[in-house]
Amino acid sequence: MSETRTPWWAALPVVSDLRRSRGLQRGMLIVGVTLTALLVLTAALAPVIAPYSWAQTSGPDGDFGTQQPPSSAHLWGTTVSGFDVLSRTIWGTRTALGVIVAAVLASIVIGVLLGLISGYVGGWLDRVLVMFADAIYAFPSLLLAIVMSIVISGGRSSMWGGILSAALSITVVFVPQYFRVIRAEAVRLKAEPFVEAAKVMGAPHRRIMFTHILRNATRTLPLILTLNASEAILTLAGLGFVGFGIEPTAAAEWGYDLNRSVADVTSGIWWTSVFPGVAIVLSVLGMTLMGESMNDLNDPRLRTRRKVRKAAAAAAAEGGTADEPGLAVEGGTR
Amino acid sequence: MSESTLPAFATSGEPDRLRIEELAVTFVTDVADVHAVKGVSLGVAPGEILALVGESGSGKTVTGRSVLGLLPETAATTGAIWIGDRNVVGLSGAQLREVRGQDVSMIFQEPSSALNPVFPIWWQFGEGLRAHDPKVTRRQIKQRAVAALAKVGIPDAERRITQYPHQFSGGQKQRIMIAMALEMGARLIVADEPTTALDVTVQAEILQLLRDVRDAYGTSIILITHNMGVVADLADSVAVMYRGQIIERNWVADLFSHPQEAYTRQLLDAVPRIGRASASAGVTDQSRAAFAAAEPVVEASGLVIEYPGRLGVLPFRAVRGVDFRIAPGEVYGLVGESGSGKTTIGRAIAGLEPVSGGSLKVFGHEMRGTRERDFRPLRSRIGFVFQDPATSFNPQLTIEDAIGEPLAIHRPTMSAPDRGAAVRRMLEAVELPAAYAGRFPHELSGGQRQRVSLARSLVLGPDLLIADEPTSALDVSVQATVLELFTQLQAEFGFACLFISHDLAVVDMLAQRIGVLYRGELVEQGIGSEILGSPQDPYTKRLLASLPVPDPAEQAERRAELARVLAEPAPR
Repeated sequence: MSETRTPWWAALPVVSDLRRSRGLQRGMLIVGVTLTALLVLTAALAPVIAPYSWAQTSGPDGDFGTQQPPSSAHLWGTTVSGFDVLSRTIWGTRTALGVIVAAVLASIVIGVLLGLISGYVGGWLDRVLVMFADAIYAFPSLLLAIVMSIVISGGRSSMWGGILSAALSITVVFVPQYFRVIRAEAVRLKAEPFVEAAKVMGAPHRRIMFTHILRNATRTLPLILTLNASEAILTLAGLGFVGFGIEPTAAAEWGYDLNRSVADVTSGIWWTSVFPGVAIVLSVLGMTLMGESMNDLNDPRLRTRRKVRKAAAAAAAEGGTADEPGLAVEGGTR
Repeated sequence: MSESTLPAFATSGEPDRLRIEELAVTFVTDVADVHAVKGVSLGVAPGEILALVGESGSGKTVTGRSVLGLLPETAATTGAIWIGDRNVVGLSGAQLREVRGQDVSMIFQEPSSALNPVFPIWWQFGEGLRAHDPKVTRRQIKQRAVAALAKVGIPDAERRITQYPHQFSGGQKQRIMIAMALEMGARLIVADEPTTALDVTVQAEILQLLRDVRDAYGTSIILITHNMGVVADLADSVAVMYRGQIIERNWVADLFSHPQEAYTRQLLDAVPRIGRASASAGVTDQSRAAFAAAEPVVEASGLVIEYPGRLGVLPFRAVRGVDFRIAPGEVYGLVGESGSGKTTIGRAIAGLEPVSGGSLKVFGHEMRGTRERDFRPLRSRIGFVFQDPATSFNPQLTIEDAIGEPLAIHRPTMSAPDRGAAVRRMLEAVELPAAYAGRFPHELSGGQRQRVSLARSLVLGPDLLIADEPTSALDVSVQATVLELFTQLQAEFGFACLFISHDLAVVDMLAQRIGVLYRGELVEQGIGSEILGSPQDPYTKRLLASLPVPDPAEQAERRAELARVLAEPAPR
C-alpha cells in the first residue's frame, strides 16, 4: 500500500482519464479536450474576440452590405441579412454552451432522481416510468424538440427564452437516457451485499438510496454527459435550421445561419455556410471524441496499455529474485 | 529455492511430459509491473499428479495457464515450457492451437461458464475435434462423444449428448470437461481448482474420476488448488508456491509428514480439522440444560420459506419445515451443501426474506407476515457478517464510516467524536490498527475486510450475530486467524450466533450445536461432537466421509470408508 497519495485533482474524470491513456486513445482524448476547451474559451471571451455584435448590420463606416466576400473589414464575409459571419460564429458559441449547460443540468437532475427512485422502489412505479421513457425514445428527438419548443415559446423568442426553450426541449429527449442508466445501476446495486448490509442495519430508505446507491451509480455520468452535450448542439442547430430556433436579433445561432445560407450555396457564396457549419462540426467532434475516448478508457477491455518493458521482464526472469517495486504493488492491489 | 524436480516417477521410464524451466511472467498494470511468477522450474512425469498449492496471488494459476499459453495480452513470459520436444513460450497462435487440446488440456473452476450454453454437448465435443481434424463428420463426432461420456460415468450418453449444458449438474459438467480433454487425447491436463465450485460430496466423486483417468490412461495432471485435503486425496507430489516462486517440492506423503519450510508448516497447520479443536468438546449436560431452559433468541418451528414462482410455475420451496432454536450466548452451526437452504434461513432471520409458512420468532417477534417498520427497532440487536468481504462494503465509504454507520442509524444523537472513539474501540477489538479508520475498503486485504465486517456487525453490541459463510472467500491461513478472532470475540461479547457454513471442520471449531440441512430439511441436529463423531442420518454420514482430510495416509482410509457409505442406500 503506497503511502504517497495522488492529489485530489488527479481523480477528476477528464484528468484521471488523461493520466492513464496511451497511444491513439490519448491522441483522441487530447484532440477532444482541446476542441472543447476552445469552445468554452471562445464563449467566455466572445465580447473581446468578436469584432462586432451578433445583430449588428452597420458599423462606424456605414452598412456592412449583404453577402460581402471575406475582406479585411469582414474576415469571413457577411450574410444575406448583412451580419458579420465571424462575429455571429463567435457569439454562437455562447448560445451553444448556454443550451448545453441548461439542457444537461436539467436532464441530469430529473433523470437521476427518477432513475434512482424507479430502480430502487421497483414495482408498478418502475413499470410506468420505464414505459414513459421508452415512449419518449420512440419519438424522433428533433420532432419532439420542435413540439416542445412550440409549446414552450410559440416557436421564436428572445435570447434566454430561446435558450431555455431549446434546452428544455432537449431535456425531454435526454431525461430517459440518464433515467435508464441510473435505473439500471440502481437495480444492480440494490442486490449488492453492501446494500443488504445497510438494510440489515436498519438504514432508512433515503439513506440507502443516496448514501449507498447514488454514490456508486454515478460512474458513467461524465461519459453520457459529454456525448449528450454534442447531441444537444446538433439538436439546437437542427431546431434553428428548421426555423424553431432563436431570433437572429436575440442571439447568434449557427443553425439559423445555416438555414439562411441555403440559397447562397447555389450562387457560389460559400462563406455564409462553411463557417457556422465548421463550428458545429468541430464542437460536436470535440465533445464526441472526449466522450468516446473516456468510454474506451473506462472499459478495461477496450483500454490500451503501454507495451511490456522487455528489459524489466527479462530482469525479473534472470535472477528470479524479488523485485521490490513489483512486490509492493502486489501487496497493494490485493 | 528447493530442488524443482523429484527422482523419476516410479512407474515410468519415459521422459517428462512437461518441463518448465525458469518461467517468469510479468503483468503490466496501470500502476506498475507485477511479477506474478518469478523463475519457476518444474517437471511432471507421465502419469504423475502434481498439486500446485499456495494462497491466492501466489502465481499458481498463472503458472498453470501459461502451460497452455492462456495469459492475457498484458503478460510477458520468459523462460521455457517444454511439452514433449516443443517449447510453448513464444509459439504463435496457430502453433499454440495445435498443442492445446491434443497435448495439453485445461479444466476450469467454474464448469458452467466453460461450456457454451447455446449448443448441445456433442457440438461442444465437435469444436475440439474439428480444430485438429477438419474432415471429421457429424456422425463420428457423436460416436466419439458418446464413448467419451460413457468413460467418465455419465449414464445414458446416447441421449444426453443432445442435451444442453444447463440440463447437467455442476459435477456432471465437470465430468464432461474431463471427457473432452480425454477425447482430444490430451496426455497432460491442467485442472485449475476443478472442485472448488462443487459441493463436497460431488468433489469426492470428481477426485475419484480424476484418479481413475490417471490410472486408466496414464494422463499427467497438474492440480491447482488451495485445499490441502484435496491435495492429500489426489496428488502424488506437491509444489508449494509462495509469491511467484516454488518454495517446496516433494512427494505428497513426505510433504505432509515432514514439511521443510516454515510457510508449508503454517499452511498445513491452518487447515481446520474435525475434532482437533472442537467447540462442543466441553459441553456438559449441565450447560446443555442451561441452554435449553433459557428464553431462545431465535425459535423456528415448521419454518417454510418459498421463492414465488412465475405465473403457472409452482413456487420454489427453499426451506421445508425446519425446527430449531438458538439460546442466548450459543453458537449454532448450520451446515449443508449449496441449495440446501442454509443461507435462506439466515436471511429470513435478518428480515431479508419473507417467511411463507410455519413460525420464526426472533427475540420473540414473529417474522411471518411482519412489517419492516415493526421489525426495525430489533435490527440494532442483530449483526450480520456477509460471505464476500469484497462486496459487502460500500466502496465510497471509509472504514470509519462503514463501522460507524449502525451507530449513525440507531443512535443519531451520538456526537461525531464519540462515534469515532467507538469505531476505534471496535478496530482494536478486531486487532486492526486505528489508522485503518481513514482507509477505503479496497485498500484492505480480504482477511482485514472480514475483520472490519465483524467490527461493523458488533459495534452496537448485538445479542445475535448471523455469519453467512464468513470465511469461505478467504485463504486457509487467513481463515484460521479470522476464526480465532471470532472465537475470542464470542467469548468476550457473549452474543448468540447462527454460523452458516458448508465446511464441517469450520463449524466444528466454533459451534456447540450443529444442524445439518439437506434440500431444505434439517436431517440431523444436536451437540457438535456427537453429530460429527457418530452421525445417524445417511446424508450426514456421506457428507462427513466426503470431506477430505489433509493427511494422505488417513485420507486413503477415508476413501474406503466413503465407498462403503456410498454403497448404503442413498439419502432421500
